[in-house]
Amino acid sequence: MSTGILQCESLTKVYSDSKGKKALDTVSLEVPSHGIFSLIGMNGAGKTTLVRILATQLAPTSGRATIDGLDVVPDAKRIREHIACIPQEARTIPWMTPKQTVLSYLLWRGIGYNEAGQKASEALAKVGLETQENLLNRHLSGGTKRKVLVATVLSSDADIIFLDEPTTGLDPISRQELWTSLTRLAEHRFLILTTHYLEEAERLANVIGILHRGELVGIGTLDQLRSTLKYQYSLMVTSETTLPVVRDGLVTKARTGQTQILTDESEAYDISRSLLEKGAKFSMSKVSLEDIFFHLVYRTSKEDSD
Amino acid sequence: MKTWGREVLASVLVNSIYEMKNYPVVLLNTVLSPLSFLIVITFVSKGQLIGEAIEGGFIMSMFQSGMSLQGDLSHLKNDFKLQDMVVSSPTTPSAYVTGMALGEIIYSIPALAVLTILAAIYIQPGLVESLELLAVFLLMFLGSVAMGFTLSTFSSDIVQSFAFSRLISTVFATLPPVYYPITYIPLPFRYAAYLSPTTYAGEIAQSSTGLIQLSVTDVFLAWTILLAVSIALLLVAVNKARWRDV
Repeated sequence: MSTGILQCESLTKVYSDSKGKKALDTVSLEVPSHGIFSLIGMNGAGKTTLVRILATQLAPTSGRATIDGLDVVPDAKRIREHIACIPQEARTIPWMTPKQTVLSYLLWRGIGYNEAGQKASEALAKVGLETQENLLNRHLSGGTKRKVLVATVLSSDADIIFLDEPTTGLDPISRQELWTSLTRLAEHRFLILTTHYLEEAERLANVIGILHRGELVGIGTLDQLRSTLKYQYSLMVTSETTLPVVRDGLVTKARTGQTQILTDESEAYDISRSLLEKGAKFSMSKVSLEDIFFHLVYRTSKEDSD
Repeated sequence: MKTWGREVLASVLVNSIYEMKNYPVVLLNTVLSPLSFLIVITFVSKGQLIGEAIEGGFIMSMFQSGMSLQGDLSHLKNDFKLQDMVVSSPTTPSAYVTGMALGEIIYSIPALAVLTILAAIYIQPGLVESLELLAVFLLMFLGSVAMGFTLSTFSSDIVQSFAFSRLISTVFATLPPVYYPITYIPLPFRYAAYLSPTTYAGEIAQSSTGLIQLSVTDVFLAWTILLAVSIALLLVAVNKARWRDV
């Protein structure tokens, strides 16, 4: 099991055909290499570029990245013994069966044929595909195909696993099932997971990194990210409700059409008391990852446009 | 070495065995392509060029294997992201490509079996000639595999990649005189034919089995060029192919 540190120092990537635009711009971070580290960001934020560099698939333009003290460029060969990756848009090969898919992947990792066959069946059983291991991949549903890919990395002895948007396009049930598999996978391994779904990162990740236009605009546990904001509490009230006086907080219109009050803990309790006295319906919670994401990304976008 | 063998086996299974096992119809395609030219040339020449056409069939099979490798590797890389998965594993590029290339040869086995039977009937080469032919075909295969792998690592679009693969196959294995002697080509165009390594492979094969007469100097020159091209393509593959993207 990996117990070290994932570290990036001024990691920068400029693609040769990008006219100098930085896909990653001096990204520096340090996270413990266990549990789940999730990278979130909009399309083109640099998530896949960062994952591909860390997974030794792509060379950085400058800066360095190390996993458990091994540099992803000169030590790539040693790192590859410990990592496995499901790239973005990876698909199962239609003319193969789930068992053949996992078995061949294990052979590539140097495991003997018989042992690979046995491990493949075990891994497929762990994701609930024991009865479908000999069907052709082309006959499987989208969610099942993703599970086959998860089974490939699950079956390996890799202790650091990269998953680039593994749940994109899945229906809610399949996504829930995959989350269960990923949670199990993270019990003894380090998962680096990129996602568009903030709920996914909020639910699964120990540490969350927020990328925007190639820059790391936030990183930490959910509580650490909350603490970077001025306001840690959110009250949602119907738009018809007459609001009490908000001294320090921020009143905004939520995407749901409700009125959202972002404020600190003490004022949040004062406002909620006042709303209770009026008999108004409302809800109060700590700010969500969605609030944090929009605050950090919107703020960065606004600063850029100003 | 044991691990390397397993990695090679994985590539062989993915690139040929599983597809042949699960979709046996794909085998027909690999037989038909080299044999179709052989049949046409044999009929048009009223059987006069059957020896050249059989040797041409071998050369085309070998060359096409490398070019198919380019298309297949691009397909696996761009459509399934397989290369990225394999890069992030202990597998070496040499094991990956060797297995994939062997997979292409396995695909060609039905065509090669038919050609071998025809060669035994119509050419009847001795041991030395057989070894010489084998060396030519092997060089052809290595060169085209090296070229196919290098090109595949640069490709990002499967449609263009397959089109390119067919174009190269036509330019190098169909238009040059591999199915017939170079003397059938009008003189000004012969110089263009000599730009293709398959021309030299065809000349060596035809000369070794007595189908055409070449001077010792010409044979030496043909071997030198064929070897040089194959080594150059291998060196390009080793030094320029992109296992890790830049």
